[in-house]
Amino acid sequence: MCGLCGVLGVEDHWTDTAASPAVFAGRKTPRTRRHERQRRAVLANRVLAFYGMNLSDWQGTRYLLATATGRTQIIDHLAALWPAAAKMAKTPCDPLDPALITSLEADRGR
Amino acid sequence: MTTESAIPVNIITGFLGSGKTTLLQRLLRSPQLANTAVLINEFGEVGLDHMLLEAVDTETVVLQSGCICCTIRGDLKDSISALYGKRERGEIPPFERLAIETTGLADPAPILFTVMADPVLRHHFRLGNVVTTVDAVNAARHMADNPESVKQVAIADRLVLTKTDLDEAGDEAEIHAALRALNPTAPIFEAASDEIEPDALIANDIHDPAGKTAEVRHWLAREADLSETDHGHDVNRHDGDIHAFCLIFEKPLDWTAFGIWLTMLLHAHGEAVLRVKGLLNVVDLPAPVAIHGVQHLVHPPVHLERWPDRDRRSRIVFIVRGLERGPILRSLAAFNRLAEERATFR
Repeated sequence: MCGLCGVLGVEDHWTDTAASPAVFAGRKTPRTRRHERQRRAVLANRVLAFYGMNLSDWQGTRYLLATATGRTQIIDHLAALWPAAAKMAKTPCDPLDPALITSLEADRGR
Repeated sequence: MTTESAIPVNIITGFLGSGKTTLLQRLLRSPQLANTAVLINEFGEVGLDHMLLEAVDTETVVLQSGCICCTIRGDLKDSISALYGKRERGEIPPFERLAIETTGLADPAPILFTVMADPVLRHHFRLGNVVTTVDAVNAARHMADNPESVKQVAIADRLVLTKTDLDEAGDEAEIHAALRALNPTAPIFEAASDEIEPDALIANDIHDPAGKTAEVRHWLAREADLSETDHGHDVNRHDGDIHAFCLIFEKPLDWTAFGIWLTMLLHAHGEAVLRVKGLLNVVDLPAPVAIHGVQHLVHPPVHLERWPDRDRRSRIVFIVRGLERGPILRSLAAFNRLAEERATFR
């Protein structure tokens, strides 16, 4: 636990490369854990923009998911992101939704 | 505890009367599986399975609440925890493997979830091969009438065809084809004619350092048949909504984008993704990464020292219920391209 803010450590998720050092040790350009989390938030935001939401890393331990109106929720990891996003957006977050795919295909680095 | 040191848990499943107990008895006689603890599920008024098993393994614990699948995940968790507690206290021999025989009517998925997702169990145990027995005489009828039976086949890592010596109709080729259509990633053994090596059935899995490359070859053995179209997808058949296909990517995949995509897919369609097994060529990594999951859960990725063959493409086999290959392929490609466009932010 962090003595300053009282945050407990978070369980690793299968998507975290830091949780599987043997798998990702051979990386040509190593990333820090913080760098990876920042990058994950940037990429997730390209998808979340479709639902009018934004994800940011918080202290390297959690993520903050926010709507355009400022409603915010703390997220532990990626698996917790989508149920929370669907609830806040009040719409299913489905990667097979043709409208989402079309939007991503049209997205050229907003 | 690392995945390598965790105790493997093998699930032995199969429809009623398909020979699960007979297979288990046969396997437990072999020296390789001498240190295996066995959990069986007593179903119905007579604990016949237990009576048969008792002579084989004195460490049998009988679950009392009936069906493992829906009502007693808690019981199953408690039984495994109790077994582990006894092991740690030295009250029972330090077993190196746990086998769970399910009832014939069980959907095996909740059992897999219990082992993979319980916060205590997953630190001590890991999922090993799921072995499904299929009765050759009654396979067609079982699969036509019982969705559990189809799911048991779809979710398996190994399929064992039993009673082929009693199958007078001799439609083995047809049964093989039906099993292949439902699950192209699991090798098929014949209990009556094959000398079943316990290692091949139970021990050789994706976490076995010596066998993981061979295991990935099993996953991808039929990749060529699966890559063009949805394989064996006949909507008129009762089991027709469960089918398999393979996605192939020529260019390396971005791990972060893949993680975002697969977690989102499993959030929306986890119930329908019975199994996903794949070998990924990940951007920036010299060696391939093996991934595999069951419905909503994904195992930690596995490192392979080298590629199993000369093919360097990412190949992912999906066994799904009611999902189509086209939209999944298009969706993953769109997610992956987001990472490609951000080449400056690696």
